[in-house]
Amino acid sequence: MLRIPCPFCGERDHTEFSYGGDAGVDYPQIDSTDEKAWYEAVFLRENPRGPHKELWQHNYGCRMWIVVERDTMTHEIFSAEPAHPGVKAQLEKEAAK
Amino acid sequence: MTRYSAWSVIRNGLTGQKGWDRAWRDPEPKDSYDVIIVGAGGHGLATAYYLAREHGIRNVAILEKGYLGGGSVGRNTTIVRSNYMMPGNTEFYEFSLRLWEQLSHELNYNVMFSQRGQIVLFHSPPARDAAARRANTMRMNGIDAEMLTRDQVRQRVPHLDFSDTARFPIQGAILQKRAGTARHDAVAWGYARAADSLGVDIIQNCEVTGVLREGGRVSGAETTRGVIKAGKVGLAVAGNTSRLAAMAGMGRLPIESHKLQAFVSEPLKPLLDYVVAYALPGGHFYISQSDKGGMVFGGDLDMYNSYAQRGNLPIYEDVAGCAVALMPCLKRIRLLRQWAGVMDMSMDGTPIISKTSIDGLYLNGGWCYGGFKATPASGWCFASTIANDAPHELNAAFTLDRFERGLQIDEKGAGPVPKLH
Amino acid sequence: MSRQINRLGQGGAIDRSRTLSFSFDGARYEGHPGDTLASALLANDVRIVGRSFKYHRPRGVMSAGVEEGGALITTGSGARRTPNVRATTLELFDGLDTYGQNAWPSVRFDLNALNGLLARFFSAGFYYKTFMGPGRGTWAWMQYEKIIRRAAGMGEASREPDPDSYEIAHAHCDVLVVGSGPAGLEAARVAAEAGLHVILAEQDFAVAPSLLSETEGIGDEAPADWRAARLKALQAAGNVQIMPRTTVFGLYDGGVAGLAERVTDHLADPSPHLPRERFWILRTRRTIVATGALERSVAFGNNDRPGIMLANAARIYANRFGVAAGRRAIVATNNDSGYHSALDMAAAGVDVARILDVRERASDDFAARARAAGIEIMTNCVPVEAAARGTIGKLQIGRRSGATIRADEWLDCDLVAVSGGWTPVVNLLSHRGARPVYDESLATFLPGECAEPIRVAGSAAGVWRSEDCAQSGRAAGAAAARDLGKSALDEQAPAPGGWDRPIHPLWEVRVKGRKLRSFVDPQHDVKTDDIRLAHQEGYVSVEHLKRYTTLGMASDQGKVGNVIGLALMAKATGKTIAETGTTMFRPPYTPVSLGALAGRGCDEHFRATRYTPMHDWNMEHGAVMIDAGLWKRPWYFPAPGEDLTAAYERETAKVRETVGLCDVTSLGKIAVQGPDAAEFLNRVYVNGFGKLPVGRARYGIMLRDDGIVMDDGTTWRLSDSDFFMTTTTANAAKVMGFLEELLETRWPDLRVRVTTVSEQWAGLAVAGPKARQVLEAAVEDIDMSSEAFPFMGVREGHIGGAPCRVARISFSGEMAWEAYVPSDYGAAMCDAVWQAAEPLGGILYGTEALGALRIEKGHVAGPELDGRTTLEDLHLDRMASTKKPFIGNVLRKRPGLMTDDRPQLVGIVPKDRTRRLYAGALLHAPDRLSGHGEGWVTSVTYSPELGHWIGLGLIRGGVEAWSGKTAIHADPVRSGNTEVEITATHFIDPDGSRMHA
Repeated sequence: MLRIPCPFCGERDHTEFSYGGDAGVDYPQIDSTDEKAWYEAVFLRENPRGPHKELWQHNYGCRMWIVVERDTMTHEIFSAEPAHPGVKAQLEKEAAK
Repeated sequence: MTRYSAWSVIRNGLTGQKGWDRAWRDPEPKDSYDVIIVGAGGHGLATAYYLAREHGIRNVAILEKGYLGGGSVGRNTTIVRSNYMMPGNTEFYEFSLRLWEQLSHELNYNVMFSQRGQIVLFHSPPARDAAARRANTMRMNGIDAEMLTRDQVRQRVPHLDFSDTARFPIQGAILQKRAGTARHDAVAWGYARAADSLGVDIIQNCEVTGVLREGGRVSGAETTRGVIKAGKVGLAVAGNTSRLAAMAGMGRLPIESHKLQAFVSEPLKPLLDYVVAYALPGGHFYISQSDKGGMVFGGDLDMYNSYAQRGNLPIYEDVAGCAVALMPCLKRIRLLRQWAGVMDMSMDGTPIISKTSIDGLYLNGGWCYGGFKATPASGWCFASTIANDAPHELNAAFTLDRFERGLQIDEKGAGPVPKLH
Repeated sequence: MSRQINRLGQGGAIDRSRTLSFSFDGARYEGHPGDTLASALLANDVRIVGRSFKYHRPRGVMSAGVEEGGALITTGSGARRTPNVRATTLELFDGLDTYGQNAWPSVRFDLNALNGLLARFFSAGFYYKTFMGPGRGTWAWMQYEKIIRRAAGMGEASREPDPDSYEIAHAHCDVLVVGSGPAGLEAARVAAEAGLHVILAEQDFAVAPSLLSETEGIGDEAPADWRAARLKALQAAGNVQIMPRTTVFGLYDGGVAGLAERVTDHLADPSPHLPRERFWILRTRRTIVATGALERSVAFGNNDRPGIMLANAARIYANRFGVAAGRRAIVATNNDSGYHSALDMAAAGVDVARILDVRERASDDFAARARAAGIEIMTNCVPVEAAARGTIGKLQIGRRSGATIRADEWLDCDLVAVSGGWTPVVNLLSHRGARPVYDESLATFLPGECAEPIRVAGSAAGVWRSEDCAQSGRAAGAAAARDLGKSALDEQAPAPGGWDRPIHPLWEVRVKGRKLRSFVDPQHDVKTDDIRLAHQEGYVSVEHLKRYTTLGMASDQGKVGNVIGLALMAKATGKTIAETGTTMFRPPYTPVSLGALAGRGCDEHFRATRYTPMHDWNMEHGAVMIDAGLWKRPWYFPAPGEDLTAAYERETAKVRETVGLCDVTSLGKIAVQGPDAAEFLNRVYVNGFGKLPVGRARYGIMLRDDGIVMDDGTTWRLSDSDFFMTTTTANAAKVMGFLEELLETRWPDLRVRVTTVSEQWAGLAVAGPKARQVLEAAVEDIDMSSEAFPFMGVREGHIGGAPCRVARISFSGEMAWEAYVPSDYGAAMCDAVWQAAEPLGGILYGTEALGALRIEKGHVAGPELDGRTTLEDLHLDRMASTKKPFIGNVLRKRPGLMTDDRPQLVGIVPKDRTRRLYAGALLHAPDRLSGHGEGWVTSVTYSPELGHWIGLGLIRGGVEAWSGKTAIHADPVRSGNTEVEITATHFIDPDGSRMHA
């Protein structure tokens, strides 16, 4: 069992989450017509053995998408933060208070 | 090489087993080879064998970082079938099955291919129709398949859950009689022994640390046992394809590494004479009984990228649930061992056997769950692709650029989400 | 009924005041509470209890624990028959019925033992070399396989459903202590005293079982007193949960442990409310592995005979169970611990004839004590061979001179107690990827480095003496406490070892010129010669060795033989044991029932069941239900005497003729709200939503990122910033997750919230020419007239007093509305609408008629949206906006998706109108009746309106290419070939006048 430290709900079993894959994928802007860029974003993956930033959604909790940094070999989890940059900034601001 | 036969077994039984040679040599790597295959799994070994046997290319080295047959070929649930629906897959897997049918004789090594038949259950009218399309496709392509009613399934395996309390009542099944199971390790060992006897060097404990290039062409490999030159290098390292490809300068691939768990129960007297599989909301499941008597079964991936050959408990729960929902008598049967293998999950669930953008570098990967049954055909096609520097017609569709060109072969219709294939 | 002739006169942690009756292979015996089946069988002098896997050699009790490879039996009968139970861990209860297994007719006389005569041919891996012919193909092998399968396997499983229940439980703790020996008890105590919540798990039914057979004091306390005091303190502590009969079978990521608790197997008459077993998923912050060590045997001739057991097991039977495992014993050892067994057996009254010690000298202390007990010690001596038939009666001893062994005299005995040293139980660490490290001086594997917060204590860390184990436990408990920020004494862990005189490694006894049948793995019949053969044939990697010889793959998973096998391979290769390596132990530590792992998630609870709020209403009105994913949906509403076909044909016809009501609650429903909601929808749907007026709905299609059609549905605009999206039943969760992902990761600047409201709204479709009439009666405050409520209009009002939202949309092609009310009012809505519809000749219809209606209309659904089809394939490309970007718009234009020869959506009609069609049939050109064909049939129905079968499908070239031509509907697995015509998809009302009426 991975135990994912959800920034909103605390540490939870990974079965509460669904996996969203590589968080480092750089999707083109919606109005981009760069076919190669879309192809690369949709189909190509770094797939590292080691630290990997990845998306998880806390389906059976806050339903937020979070970015988890996890080692794909040891499964050690280093960090988890909101995927939404605004929410992340707000959380950091509140933590700094 | 001592030829294996009943007579040789009897003769050696009478003479204290003294006459058996090594199944394969343990050679020192030479400075250079015509072809290097990276990875002594089933596919790599089969590739080398067919290079030597079908194409006369015998100056071949297989480089293996650990021991031969230590990856997914020795970790799978041993099911062999050819019930594929998409053009490209259907023909390829059927060709593989035909090779399987003669494999023990071809290799002079009993790989114990038991064509006991596979029953794939369905539980709803839409699933029945999807199963029918698959079965019809098989039949129209000359592959055996038949549709069983609920009662016909019950006649064959009466101790499946036919009760009123079944959450999803069994409605019928597709039976492929020629499908079955094989002894997974024997496939690796059989190919290893046969390839070795044709002159192929299988070099274990030799990890590839770099792919050498000269003027845009592949020129060999850097290994933990020194530089080994070769004009052609084939990667057959499913599970680790991305890493090797990155090493070779190929950049990112349409592949993610995921782990798949497998399970075996304590040995039992014959309890299940078929391979049985099914898919239902939230997962799928497959089970057979090994000749030793263990119930061998598995289900879904752990659903997150992983290179770790070990699994986590949620899949135990899931797979055990699927097992006892199928066969309620299995509740009292105990799980003996669980393990995990690393899968190359591709973006459409279909493998890649192809040339690459680098001259002399060939890729065999993206096998998802399907690698074991594909072993003979994969080796056959990869050998042909390497020998001729052009794909065999059976793997012509398994290109690396099919995603970019919109020619993906999506057997499940799950889209570019590797964990779903 | 026999007497317990081997029961000692006194001693043991058994309750002699009570007698339990049990049976083995039909004979009745007696034992006492506190016995295991093995101890009770030994007490009754039952020596042959099983048969081995391959040669069917007789097997007796070989150990006193989980490592048992001999005494595997079957318990119970009928649906509760349980095979492969280790007699050594099975707690005796009154009425226990047990049976020998893997033998015919019985374990005492097994005809399969003829296999043993062929043993010389059945060497390791022989089956890879033969059984291939005669002939090509697999036929021959499959004939052999039938015989092999029957001979292999061990116990026979019941084929009946298991009537017992199982449970999954979840727990958290600060410190998990695995094992309750001296180390575990002290670790738990220290951690608990530091204020931590501790779970102490013990696989045995007795807590601290090792102390029940221990005679060496701890400090100046007797082991029994020490144990009692510690247990009392732990029980009183309040923050320690002691779990006997609970095996920690695996350690997993994130500090999670899997525990299997046996709840009722030891009870003669368990409460039906108790689960048989519980699978605990435990999350812990620190784990202390105090799992002890397992004694190893030594390979010598016929060392698998009943009457040969581990030395410590013989000690346990004497001390804990008050049973003499034999009357005349020989103890063979290579280390100090064998002396404990000899001394304790002698003290209990067993005639210990000899101690064979392979070492040159015994420890002075032990030698003196043995002499005092009248036991003769033979140093430099080893067991060579046991007499070959039945249970042991004689043992030949050998005398060692350097590395050479010379066979010598035969001694009478009925018990040989063997100690070849000890192996720490490092299995749990192995689950975490930590490889054990070989220690030459202790001749054992010690736990390797583990990066995770797991500590090893006691003999699991190679610490042999009880007193040292206790200290080791205290040190581990204190360290765990300090890790977690508590103060605890800084106690030093003792170094591994602790014997008076060093062990002399002894793996196998070989005598020049003698061919001995020496077993490494007694369950699987792996012999020492098999190891050498594996080496000779090049299977030298430890994994090859394991897989080729099956060493370590029996139900003990190598607990007995692995280390000996490794040592022999090391010897054969000329490498050290450390260089040879070790295989990884896989979970579970001991086998776990699949029932426990599944818990309650089986039978009707295998998957959750979703009911709509109108479920009861539908049932009351005669619905037959069908599974749609997890949902139960009405399939059809049969009138008396109707089957599915009759019912759906009537329902379909009636909808077109009058009016029908259908529960559509299972559709996904998502509230899309916020100032940028319209822009958001514009991006996710291929068609435009920006200009959708308030009070209107629109049918929309979304693509995946790769340009393939993902889902369709209608979205209603309730206000400028408030949309109500519907999705297909199947894709509800997927669409929801995708929308959330887009908003949080790709377009965080969009001011939109999406909320799933699938459970909040109950939905009812009202379709048919009389739909308006019905809703005019049922809806209280909405003008239903064509002018006031046009096609695709959305209105809010009340039905049956409940607030509702209604849209004029049609899946059937008839004039139709979908009405939604808050879930609790679902039945009230149905009542109100049905009250109006029934007098007009209306009907209720289910998914079968729903499907028939949409096929007649040519609407696509799941079978057409199969995750591979494009907009073009489905003739929906005209919906794709060219004025705005949307998800999937770029990659849908990849060349392979835009070719003309892709199969396209068409209608299908049998040429002979009396023939039926089948979904899943292929479509072939008449002159090419093989291969993949030109397309396939996705959906079919009988059309009551047209009076024949119709279908939808995809075919290369579409209608244009096939107009006027015949295609073959090829369905070899069901109906054979049928000639069909390819048509447009709109079978009824192609201009849509009905739904716009």
